[in-house]
Amino acid sequence: MRYSWSFVIKRFGLLLLIIWSGATLNFFIPKMTPRNPLREKLLQEASRSGYIPPGFEEMVQAYEAKFGLDRPLWQQYISYMNDMLHGDLGFSISNYPKTVWELILEGLPWTVGLLLSTTLVAFLLGSLLGAFMAWPKASNLFRYVLPSLLIFGAVPAYVIALTLIYFVAFRWKILPIGGGYGIGMFPGMNIGFIMDVLKHSLLPALALVLAGTGGWAIGMRGMLVTIQGEDYMTFGEAKGLKDWRLFYRYAVRNALLPQVTGLALALSFIVSGSVLVELVMGYPGIGTLLARSISQLDYFMIYGIVFVIITGIAITMFIMDLVYPFLDPRISYEG
Amino acid sequence: MSNDLVLDINDLDVQYYTDAGIVYANNKINLELKAGERLGLVGESGSGKSTLALAILGMIKPPGGIAGGEILLNGRDITKLTEEETRQVRGREISMIPQGAMNSLNPVMRIKDQIIDSMIDHELGLSKAEMLEMAGDALQAVELDRKVGSMYPHELSGGMKQRACIAIAIAMKPKVIIADEPTSALDVVTQRQVMQTIRHIQEEMGAAVILIGHDMGLMAQFVDRLAVMYAGQMSEVAPKQEAFRSPMHPYTQMLIESLPKLATKGVFHGIPGITPLLRDLPPGCVFSPRCPQAFGPCRETTPRFLEHRPNQWVACHLYENESEKARA
Amino acid sequence: MERLQSNLRYLRRNTSLAIGLGILLVLILFTITGYMIIDPKLDPYPLAGPASSPPTLSYCPRSDPECEKTEPKAYIFGTDAQGRDLYGVAVAGTWMTVQIGLMAGLIGLGVGVFLGFTSAFYGGWYDLVVRWAVDVMLTVPGLLLLVVIASSLGEQKITVTGMGLIIASISWRGPARVIRSQVLSMREQSYVMMARLNGMSGMGIIFREMMPNLLPYLGASLVGAVTAAIFASMGLAALGLGPLREPTLGVTIYWVINQSAFLRGLWWWGAVPIGIVALIFVMLFLISIGLDEVANPRVRRAE
Repeated sequence: MRYSWSFVIKRFGLLLLIIWSGATLNFFIPKMTPRNPLREKLLQEASRSGYIPPGFEEMVQAYEAKFGLDRPLWQQYISYMNDMLHGDLGFSISNYPKTVWELILEGLPWTVGLLLSTTLVAFLLGSLLGAFMAWPKASNLFRYVLPSLLIFGAVPAYVIALTLIYFVAFRWKILPIGGGYGIGMFPGMNIGFIMDVLKHSLLPALALVLAGTGGWAIGMRGMLVTIQGEDYMTFGEAKGLKDWRLFYRYAVRNALLPQVTGLALALSFIVSGSVLVELVMGYPGIGTLLARSISQLDYFMIYGIVFVIITGIAITMFIMDLVYPFLDPRISYEG
Repeated sequence: MSNDLVLDINDLDVQYYTDAGIVYANNKINLELKAGERLGLVGESGSGKSTLALAILGMIKPPGGIAGGEILLNGRDITKLTEEETRQVRGREISMIPQGAMNSLNPVMRIKDQIIDSMIDHELGLSKAEMLEMAGDALQAVELDRKVGSMYPHELSGGMKQRACIAIAIAMKPKVIIADEPTSALDVVTQRQVMQTIRHIQEEMGAAVILIGHDMGLMAQFVDRLAVMYAGQMSEVAPKQEAFRSPMHPYTQMLIESLPKLATKGVFHGIPGITPLLRDLPPGCVFSPRCPQAFGPCRETTPRFLEHRPNQWVACHLYENESEKARA
Repeated sequence: MERLQSNLRYLRRNTSLAIGLGILLVLILFTITGYMIIDPKLDPYPLAGPASSPPTLSYCPRSDPECEKTEPKAYIFGTDAQGRDLYGVAVAGTWMTVQIGLMAGLIGLGVGVFLGFTSAFYGGWYDLVVRWAVDVMLTVPGLLLLVVIASSLGEQKITVTGMGLIIASISWRGPARVIRSQVLSMREQSYVMMARLNGMSGMGIIFREMMPNLLPYLGASLVGAVTAAIFASMGLAALGLGPLREPTLGVTIYWVINQSAFLRGLWWWGAVPIGIVALIFVMLFLISIGLDEVANPRVRRAE
């Protein structure tokens, strides 16, 4: 057993701490502005269209009873936290009577699918490329040609996405411009639908991978340069090991841990980047949802989405923490 | 001890090409190693002894290279081999015991895997079980428990790590073992143990050992012959007794002189001056600026490395005349 | 003079830094000359020129057939769907975006260095709190925090300065962490111990012994903070939370997305901000690689 329970508990505690901090920030920051988003929206809707969804008025009153300015702050906070614990993120102001959670669940699979696949591809591809770039015995293609392509890593993913849209979708009409699947397609587990989804996912995925690979490659390259100076590399060579074994089992293997640590740290940036790419391509994930909520000033949606994302990242980091000992035997989490 | 030479180095030149000029790391090195003998290689930092070790292992990398001469391993010139052939020689016929065992083991692999991975890469035609058996034998030979094989480097103490490195070096029973200051990172007690281990397996296997270092006391206890390098050149090679009792080269004389003796407590002799930069060598004999016995020809011509006394080879003008007279 | 010469010689070997600084120089010249040409109150804003005109050297509205002979106007970057002169946008927008980046970057660096330094140096409870804060803040995606802050400001129009300040509220995270870990490792090193033994005061040690060794990390952190700040400002703008009235590069891209510029064939509207943004990021990237080489000579190729 590579780790003790006390370690797992400590990391879990940290996870809870982060989630709690996220929720708290989410509560207090909006509170700093003395506004009542629901009543505002109510008034707005009333003056604009005269149509108020049934039950809306009652909900506003219930909300004001809970979070109104007449209640002491700490009481509001407790009710808020209580709601959070029950998974009640409130109602979406612009899509009433749908709840925030419902809408998030609709978009979640899309975002998670895109994120997971592109992050893995970018990380693995980038790390491998970076490793080759630093290895003297690798072919010149890797050492001199590819580095110039790393420039892509400097530009934000959604900018790359925009450029891709213009050329690939608009000009050359190879891939669709946006959306998750074509109009007239019915979601279902059939090949036709799946192929359509893949076609639509290709550009966003491509943008994210292009933008991400560069960063990993640079990091890995730096790591390998340092590792090549280590004594175990010299001794490994003196033993007469084959080049590929030195490369994979000695160099790359030892660079993995810092790289994976870097992945954990970069999670928040990856998510930000993906949110924007979704927005630009109209991909039906959380990113587009967030953008729409902002433009509609649907505050509950905004806060809810932010909270869910923070929680997702914290959970992922927790899982990654549990994975570390398997990567590096030196890490034993005793106590 | 048989008389055949397992290693015969003739006029070896190793140079590094840097922005600041050519560094003459090894100049016309001549050295012989008989099967099963123990040779000590001493010199200050910057004398070129580590470069010599790397050259024998074929591990000189750009911007350096072997600029001349030959290294014969049982008659075969290993400087002329291809990369792949050189790799095959390493670990199998010539192996190295590294200096800092702390970092010489791959942190993420078990010890036994690090012993057998070079066996695998040398295509010995053995099954995995046989190789693991050999690995266990190697561990036992260095007086480590066979169980150590399943452990990771960070679970071992300093002395154990060094022994594990020795086990790796001897697993395929090489003919030449180069031990590059194997004990300098260890405390005195462990030093003794490790040196004893090396001696023990070396005698059992009949392998020749080149022990590189600057601890003369250690040399005195371990080696049969002593080779002294200075500023990239071989200055003297002699059997142990003669090297300590009647050294010929002034540098060796001063080295022996400088060893603290009980009789002359409190009095320290050093060697005045500093070693020259390997890219900026003085003309003539490289030791001449610091040599108290330097005279005329010393600053003009480089002395040749000759066997001026039976079994004692020196590069020094002091003896060139004598030998010539003796020959005449 | 000697210093300058040896620095220039170093630049020749450190290509990334050289190219990066070169691009910086080009951008600075572009902006300076640009400001001399355009009218900053007019050109980068709507209705400065004809709408949706592709780049042209001499523009003449069809309504005025005589214009060919008297006053053709040049719109070298074209205009957008609302009549902004994209050259003006390029000049003004670049400077505004850089302003935001510098403001947030410098404030963030200052706060981050202070926090990182003091928490590593003095340790104890203070260090624990700072470390917790930085770790939590780094886990949370900066963009999202900014979204929460910015959207809570509601109907108030966000200005360029406002953007800078908002972003500054999170840009101290990275520098704090980097500087803290650097100071931690430096604190235990021999030369600091020596200084302590020699009786140097805390502040003295900080300024005379540690600072010089920290400079490369400070430089790298600054570049990193500025890059992150510009990234964040563009992200916020793309979501609609930027200074919508101002022609920053991020906001311009927002309009490009919002008004489906590409789908209307107005490729130059998007090309201008995207091109400049790409250039800025590439420049920052190259400079940071170059600084990396300065700080860590092992990465230099031994040739």
